[in-house]
Amino acid sequence: MLLDLRFPMGLLFSVLGALLAGYGVISDPTVYQASLGINVNLWAGLAMLLFGIAMLAGGWKAMAGGRSKK
Amino acid sequence: MPGDMSLHSIDYSIIALYFVFVLGIGWALKRFMKTSLDFFESGRSLPAWITALAFISANLGAQEVIGMAASGAKYGIMTAHFYWVGAIPAMIFVGVFMMPFYYGSKAHSVPEYLRLRFDEKTRALNALSFAVMTVFSSGISMYVMGRLFQLLLGWDINVSIIVSAVVVLVYILLGGLTSSIYNEVVQFFLIVFGFVPLVFLGVMGAGGWSGIQSRLATVATEAGFAPGAWTESWRHMGTASANPMGIEWFGMVAGLGFVMSFGYWCTDFLVIQRAMAARSMNAAQRTPILAAIPKLMMPFIVILPGMVALAVLPAAAFQFNGHTDYNMVMPLMLQKFYPSGLLGLGLTALLASFMSGMAGNVTAFNTVWTYDIYKPYLKSDGDDAHYMKIGRQATVFGTILSVATAYVAMNFGNINDLLQLVFSFINAPLFATFLLGMFWARSTANGAFWGLLGGILACAAHYLLTGVGAAGAGTLHAYPSDMARNFWGAIYSWTTCFVVTIGVSLVTKPRAAAELKGLVYSMTPKIREEGLAWYKRPALLAVLVGAVTLAINIYFW
Repeated sequence: MLLDLRFPMGLLFSVLGALLAGYGVISDPTVYQASLGINVNLWAGLAMLLFGIAMLAGGWKAMAGGRSKK
Repeated sequence: MPGDMSLHSIDYSIIALYFVFVLGIGWALKRFMKTSLDFFESGRSLPAWITALAFISANLGAQEVIGMAASGAKYGIMTAHFYWVGAIPAMIFVGVFMMPFYYGSKAHSVPEYLRLRFDEKTRALNALSFAVMTVFSSGISMYVMGRLFQLLLGWDINVSIIVSAVVVLVYILLGGLTSSIYNEVVQFFLIVFGFVPLVFLGVMGAGGWSGIQSRLATVATEAGFAPGAWTESWRHMGTASANPMGIEWFGMVAGLGFVMSFGYWCTDFLVIQRAMAARSMNAAQRTPILAAIPKLMMPFIVILPGMVALAVLPAAAFQFNGHTDYNMVMPLMLQKFYPSGLLGLGLTALLASFMSGMAGNVTAFNTVWTYDIYKPYLKSDGDDAHYMKIGRQATVFGTILSVATAYVAMNFGNINDLLQLVFSFINAPLFATFLLGMFWARSTANGAFWGLLGGILACAAHYLLTGVGAAGAGTLHAYPSDMARNFWGAIYSWTTCFVVTIGVSLVTKPRAAAELKGLVYSMTPKIREEGLAWYKRPALLAVLVGAVTLAINIYFW
C-alpha cells in the first residue's frame, strides 16, 4: 500500500515549524532588524507547525475512516 | 559580494534536518514508498486535489524561483505573462480538451506516443532532442547552485560548479530519487513557506505596491522607457521598443502564449502523468484546472520579489564577471530581509529543489540514452547487466555534459533566457507535431519526422542569423532582448514544423484508420459524465479560472 503522503509531510513540517518557532522565542530581538522588526521566525514557524499538525490529523482521520469501513 | 551571507547554527540545523529527514525516512520507509512508476500504474485511485498538488509540484522547482525572480528584475511585470498568458490558459486547455484524450489513450510518454502514432525514426529524433534538454536543464541548475555556494561560502565559481556536480552524483547514488513525488510535494510547500514571508517583507520594505511603482518608475525612465514599463503588464506592448522585454503583443501572445506554453503543458508528460493517476476521467480533467489556481498566484511569490529587488537593492548587486546578471536576485533578497532561521528555510527550499531537479534530469538522461537510443540503435542484444552498466556510465557522462552546459549558462545573465531558448528548440516544433498527430489523421510518419527536423533546424537558423541588442549589429535582425528572440524563434520553429509536416504528409501514404484508434482524437472514445455538482464540472471551473485570470490581467494592465 502507498503510505499516505500526509504522515511524513506532517511530521517534517511539525518538526521544522517547532524548531523555527522555538528559535523565534529564544532568539535575540535585534536579529529581526533585517525583517523590519517582525519576528518572522516565530510566525512562519507557527504556520508550519499548524500545517504539519493539520496534515497529521487529516492522515489519521483518513486512516481511521478507512479502517472502520473495512 | 561573495561570502557576505553569514549562516548560523540554526540555519545549518534546518538544512541538515531536511536532508537527514528526506534521505533517512525515504530509506526507512522504502517498502511503503513506491517509485513514481508504481505510483502511476498502481491503479487510478487518487482524488483530484492530490493529483492537482502533484501536478503543480512536478512543475515548480528552484529554476522557476530563481529564473522568474531574475526575469522580474530584468523585464518587470511582463514576466507575469509566463503565467497569465502562458501557463494558465494552457493548463485550462489541457484540462478541458487534452485530458479526455490522454486519459483514454494508449500512450503514457512522448516517445511512446511518437512511436505508436508515427515511427521509430521520429521517436529517435525526439529522444535525442530530449536528451539535450535534460543536459541543459541539469547544467543550468548546477550553475545556479554553484553561484549559491559562491555567495554563501565565498568559493570560487569553478570550484562551486564542480562541487555541485559531485553533490548531485552522491545524491543519485544515495537513492535520492526513490520517492520523487513525495519530495516534489514537500518541496512545493517548503518553497511556499520559505518565500511567502519574503513577499510580505519585500513589499512592506519597498513601501507597498505604490512604493514599488514609484521606485521602478525611476528605473524605467533611466532606461529610456515610460515610467510604468516595469509595473504595467500590457500597456507598453504596442511596439517592441516601448518595453523592457522588447516584444510587441503579437510575439507575446503567439510565441509565449500559444507556441511555448501550450507546447510545454501539452507535451510534458512528467507533469501530465500526475493527472493520469486520478481516480476518474473527471478528476483527471479537473487536475490541471485546479492546479491553475495556485499557479495563478505564483507570480506574486516568484516575480514580485525580483521587482522589489530592483527597487531596494543597489545596482552593484546585479554585477557578475563584468556583466549584468540577475540570477542571484532571490538569494540576495533572502539575505536582505531574512534573519537566521527563516534564511535557513529559504535556502533549504532552493537547495533541495535544485538537487532533486538535477538528479531527475540526469536520471532521465540515463534512461533516454540507455533505452531510447543505445538499446534500439547501437546494441540491441545485450543482457540486463550490460544495460545497467551503460546506464551508470550515462549518469556519469550526463553529469560531465551538464558541467559543460553550466558554463554555457554562465554567459546568460538570466537563466530563464537560456531555459526558454532550449524550449523554443525542443518544445515548439514538438507541439506542432503533437497537434497534427492528434487532430489530423492524414499526417504521416515521414511528415512528422521531416517536420520535426525542419522545425529544429529553422530554430537553429534563426538563432544563428539573428542577434540581441548592440551585439546583434550586422546580423539579419537584432532583437531588443534575449526573450524576444526566443519567442520569435519558437514561432518560426513551430510554423516550419507545421507547414513541412502537412506538405510531406500530403505526398506520402497515410496509415489505415483502424491502426490509429486511441492515437488520434477523432478515433478515441470519449467518456461522458453527466449530472455532476457545479464544482466538479471541468468546463465551468475552466470558465471561472479563466475569468479570474482575465480580471488580474486587466487589474495590472
